[in-house]
Amino acid sequence: MAKHKVKFTFPQELMAKPVIYNLAQQFKVVTNIRRADVAADRGWVILELEGKQEDIERGIEWVKSTGVRVDPVAGDIVEG
Amino acid sequence: MSYAKTLRCRRCEREYPLKALSICEFCFGPLEVVYDYEAIRKNMTMRAIQSSSWNMWRYKALLPVGDNIVDIGSSVTPLVKAANLGKRLGLDELYIKNDCLNPTNSFKDRVVAVAISRALDFGFEVVACASTGNLANSVGAHAAKAGLKSYVFIPADLEQGKIIGTAIYGPTVVTVKGNYDEVNRLCSEIAENHSWGFVNINLRPYYSEGSKTLGYEVAEQLGWKAPAYAVVPVASGSMFTKIYKGLGELHRVGLIGPVRTRMFVAQAAGCSPVVQAYASGNGQIQPVKPNTIAKSIAIGNPADGLYALKTIKDSGGGASAVSDEEIVDGMKLLAETEGVFAETAGGTVIASLKRLVEAGEIKNDGPTVAYITGSGLKTQEAVLNALRTPTLVEPTFSSFEKALKTLQEVA
Repeated sequence: MAKHKVKFTFPQELMAKPVIYNLAQQFKVVTNIRRADVAADRGWVILELEGKQEDIERGIEWVKSTGVRVDPVAGDIVEG
Repeated sequence: MSYAKTLRCRRCEREYPLKALSICEFCFGPLEVVYDYEAIRKNMTMRAIQSSSWNMWRYKALLPVGDNIVDIGSSVTPLVKAANLGKRLGLDELYIKNDCLNPTNSFKDRVVAVAISRALDFGFEVVACASTGNLANSVGAHAAKAGLKSYVFIPADLEQGKIIGTAIYGPTVVTVKGNYDEVNRLCSEIAENHSWGFVNINLRPYYSEGSKTLGYEVAEQLGWKAPAYAVVPVASGSMFTKIYKGLGELHRVGLIGPVRTRMFVAQAAGCSPVVQAYASGNGQIQPVKPNTIAKSIAIGNPADGLYALKTIKDSGGGASAVSDEEIVDGMKLLAETEGVFAETAGGTVIASLKRLVEAGEIKNDGPTVAYITGSGLKTQEAVLNALRTPTLVEPTFSSFEKALKTLQEVA
C-alpha cells in the first residue's frame, strides 16, 4: 500500500462539493485529514491518502479534473 | 560540536530526534531545528567569531551541522555601501549584500552547504533536488566536493543552456516530461520512496537554516547591529524568515542589541502569493500560477508563505510586488549605479526598494540592506532587449569620431 501526503486547495465554486468523499468512494483510497482551514469562499485540506499506488494516482488526477488544486504538503519543491 | 538538540513542529510543537525528516508525522506541519541557546551564549563569543575563518562557518555554533563540513570555498560575501544608488533613491545608508559572489553565484551555496554537510552526518550516499537553476548548480557542486552521487530533477522544457551550470559537476540530470506541478509531485514521491537526501524535502529543516548566515553576516558587517530595514526576494519564504530569525538569535546569545529591523518582502507581480496575502489581510496564501521573468523566485505555492507573513507582522515590515518591466529597470539601475549585475530576483529587490521608499514605508533614518541573492550572468536573456546595442564603426579614426559625435548628440 502506498501513502501520499497532499494538500487540496478548493476554489469558491467547489466549496460545497463532496470531493473528498467521492475520491474515497470512487478510487478506493483511504482519506485521512490532518489539518484544514475552510471558509465560505475558500479552503484547504491537508490529508494523507492511502491505497494502491495506481488508485491514488488516478484519484489525484480526478481531483485535479474537478478544479481542485493538488500540491505536495510541503509546498512547491522545484526551486529556482 | 553541534548545539542543535531536536526537531520541533512549528504548529503542534511535537519534538523529534535530529534525523532526515521535514514534516511532523502527526499534523504534517513543518519541522524546525531547536538549539541549546544557553550553551551557545556561553561559548559563542564575539572574540571567537572574529578569530574564525572569514566564511559562513564562523557562525557554526548556530548551524545544525556536526563534524562533517562540506565547503567549496565560500566566503563572507561583501556588504557594499551603495552611495550612488542611495543618492538616487534618497537613502544615506543603503547597503547591498552581494551574494552573487558565492562559489556558484547565488545564496543557495549557504543552504546547500548545510544540507550536504548534514547528509554526510546521516550517512546518505545520494543527494538530490528539484530545481530550474541556482539550487541545482549548488547541489551539483557540493555533491561533487563531498564525493556523493547526486540527482537533479528538472522540467523537460527547461532551456539547454540552464543545464550546463549543473551538468558540469557530473550529477545525473533527470528531465521530467511534465509541467512544474507534475515535477513537484513526482519528487515528493521519490523522496518518500528512496533513501536519498533530498536537500529541500527531507533535509529541509537543516537546509533552510543556512540562510540565517545572511542575517549574521550583515549584523557583523554593520558593526554588530541589525539594520533598520531589509528588503529580501521571496520565493518559498524560507530565506526571508531565516534572516529575521538569524538576527533574533544574535540578540538572544548576547552578540547584538534588540532587533528592530523592519522586514520587507519583494516579489514579482507575476508570482506574488505572499504580497497578495499581505494586501488582502486575510492571512491566507492562495497558490498562483507563476508568470514572470523572475524565474528563480517563481514559486506559486510557497512552503513558508504563512511564516513570511508572520515575519512581516512581527517586524512591522511590508511587501511589494513589481512588474517584469520594473524588474529589468531594477537590474539596470543596480548595474549602472553600483556595478553589480544581479539576476532577476535582484532586480525585483531594487524595484521594490524604489517603490517602498517612494511610498514612505522605508525612510531615510537608518541602515537599509537590499539582499542581492544571485548573479545576472545566469539570467542574461532577461535584459537582452533592454540594453543599448553596440556601436558599429569602420576600422578608421574618422569613422569612430563620426560615431562618437552621434553618440554624444544622443546622450
